[in-house]
Amino acid sequence: MASASQPFIHLKDVAKTYGKGPQAHLAISNASFDVMPGELACLVGPSGCGKSTLLKVLAGLHPHDSGEVVLGSKEHPFDPARDIGMVFQQPLLLKWRTILDNVMLPAEILGLPMDAARHRGRDLLALVGLGGAEDKRPYELSGGMQQRAAIARALIHDPKLVLMDEPFGALDALTREKMNLELLRIWRESGKTILFVTHGISEAVFLGSRVIVFTAGPARMADNFVIDLPHPRTLDIKTHEAFGVYTRRIYKLLGME
Amino acid sequence: MAVASHLVLLAVWYLFVKFGNVPKFVMPSPVDTAQTLLAGNYNWWGNALVTATEIYGGYLFALIVGVFLALLFTWSKPLEALMMPLLVSLNMIPKVALGPLIIVWFKYGVVPNMLIAFSICVFPILLTTVRGLREVEPDLLDLVRTLRGSRWQVFTKIQLPGALPYIFSGMKVAAILAVAGAIVGEFLGSDKGLGYLMLQVQVTLDTAAMFMAVLLITLIGMVLYGAVLLLERALVVPDARVS
Repeated sequence: MASASQPFIHLKDVAKTYGKGPQAHLAISNASFDVMPGELACLVGPSGCGKSTLLKVLAGLHPHDSGEVVLGSKEHPFDPARDIGMVFQQPLLLKWRTILDNVMLPAEILGLPMDAARHRGRDLLALVGLGGAEDKRPYELSGGMQQRAAIARALIHDPKLVLMDEPFGALDALTREKMNLELLRIWRESGKTILFVTHGISEAVFLGSRVIVFTAGPARMADNFVIDLPHPRTLDIKTHEAFGVYTRRIYKLLGME
Repeated sequence: MAVASHLVLLAVWYLFVKFGNVPKFVMPSPVDTAQTLLAGNYNWWGNALVTATEIYGGYLFALIVGVFLALLFTWSKPLEALMMPLLVSLNMIPKVALGPLIIVWFKYGVVPNMLIAFSICVFPILLTTVRGLREVEPDLLDLVRTLRGSRWQVFTKIQLPGALPYIFSGMKVAAILAVAGAIVGEFLGSDKGLGYLMLQVQVTLDTAAMFMAVLLITLIGMVLYGAVLLLERALVVPDARVS
């Protein structure tokens, strides 16, 4: 956390349109923000605001039309082929593989040394609270536990950036709160830069060290601010006055107040 | 339990014939049926071998061709777009009706009967395999793409193992159809095999031998089906199986 450190993600006036002519659909119009190394930034907004599109642009899955996207910095060089970990709304574990073998998938694809990866896979499963479940199959785990395995899978190749697309959106409310706490712990212990997409406003404020707000129709970036709440955070923080101020600020931006 | 239900059926059959006063040429008892095996003039072993060759040969050929075509289709979208509608139409042809044609083209014997078995069981294998190979989560493909994974890696690590349950469900359907195909072939024109034998003993009204032939055909089919089930058990984890 050197004061002179440069942003790990730098976006300037990024725009992306799907389709052409009258059918063209503006997915992102003016995304400009910086994320510092080791930050957990939350992109929050309603469906259709372009937050998932932005994640795909950052993952290198979709090209953007205009603007500037810079990933990495001098101190933290970024290799697009191996510095991205992804977590989706669904765990997407391979049913026929054990949990450990599922976690190993990115390491296999990248051709990393298997013994070291297996060792790391066990450590990561312990980190996400799945120690002892290495040899289980996905169907033996609950939805929340499967999502923990998916997070371990996203970390196996030690990527510098983890992109999460509503990873807890399919979980029940209680499991979701629990996973929020777990994610904060995993983030602290792994030190990764995380970009977390959600439409949960209080989830964004609770998790984020920075929140970037998008609005839909037209899709545009509406705000970008640091959440100045102490770490490590517990659920108590939701009763904090500042927490309410932040969430109200977002509700207002989304025209819900 | 499985053994018990079979034994009960056998007992009911035996008792029905014994106390029901059923003429032997209508319904022979299990004992009569078993005794035909010892009547040496039917060449059971030789005929069973011919029928088994037709069924297993046609089935194996269908498995190879079906899976191979499905692979070609997943690798080439235009080929799939071109061929799939055609195959769906071809699948509508009652394959049994092709029997006389196949015999015209290939004369009668083991090979044409194998081809009838093949033609009837290649479609379920092909169609389920195509479907299975298609069932890939787009997000999972994205994940592989961010790691610059190759098409071959997607295929071997995700697509093929994911398609296995589908392939097996097609293989199970095909196992039953292969038996029907081979027997139809033997009915239509043949000088060997259990189906041929059935027509022969029908003339002499040796119903017990006809029963025995049906039993042996069933047995040949059960061996195939059992082999497929064992293979499935070995390769597919329980949760992923398609019943």
